Amino acid sequence: MTRTWDPIRELDALRRQVEQIFDEHNTWSKPFTRFSFLPGLSARSYPLINLAEDKNNIYIEALAPGLNADTLEVTVLDDVLRLSGEKPSISEDVKPEAYHRNERSAGRFVRSIALPTPVNSDGVKAHYHDGLLNLTLPKAEEAKPKQIEVKVG
Amino acid sequence: MKESTVPMKQEERQVAETREETRTLIPPVDIFETEAGLAVVADMPGVAKEQVEVHVENDLLTLKGSSKTHMETEPLHREYELRNYFRQFQLSDSVDQEKIKAEMRNGVLIIRLPKKEAKKPKQIAVEVA
Repeated sequence: MTRTWDPIRELDALRRQVEQIFDEHNTWSKPFTRFSFLPGLSARSYPLINLAEDKNNIYIEALAPGLNADTLEVTVLDDVLRLSGEKPSISEDVKPEAYHRNERSAGRFVRSIALPTPVNSDGVKAHYHDGLLNLTLPKAEEAKPKQIEVKVG
Repeated sequence: MKESTVPMKQEERQVAETREETRTLIPPVDIFETEAGLAVVADMPGVAKEQVEVHVENDLLTLKGSSKTHMETEPLHREYELRNYFRQFQLSDSVDQEKIKAEMRNGVLIIRLPKKEAKKPKQIAVEVA
């Protein structure tokens, strides 16, 4: 198929590119896409998550470096996931005047996430590795999509 | 310890890369002094131990890491994007570059930069003829 040159489409593509550039630099409207976890910005919702799904499961990945794995708690009730834990300060005994830079945050956190469907809380798997928390949440039976047969006749 | 204003190293420019790949995340760091010297702590989630690179060249400390998501499916809802990390710092020359140690723990890079042993003034005997 050959596509004819459409100036309107070209302009539209240009507009989108320009908008994208503005989005990337406007840290207020879209704060986490680039400098994703600067301490001040992330204070409101921590950890940041990416969410994916397929037919049977919901997958969540949370950006959480340096957590104390023992304090990490994951609970699920119907379609609400709650993550809590603590990111310990790496150096409790450092005097404030010894710091040249202090950009990393530390402390306790809790975040509740509304999931797109109810999940089966018994089958939830969690894995913490390289500062990423990965969760696999099996969808509840009633939330799984049903295959509908199409009759041709 | 000041952050370098040196632009990204030349080698990276020479490689034919798309503009996309040269955009990097700046990891947040803590830098503090200890008895032994300086400690640099950087949050670099998604970076495995083998994927991190720390080197010092001409008193310029470079942190690099390539991060990888553990998710196999493309996210529907996205709050962050994992990219490669890159940050440089200018070191003072009192750091003993031979003894720098780095470790990676749960996405946190910890670098220890020991101070050089202080040079003692050399006593010069003056002979009086």
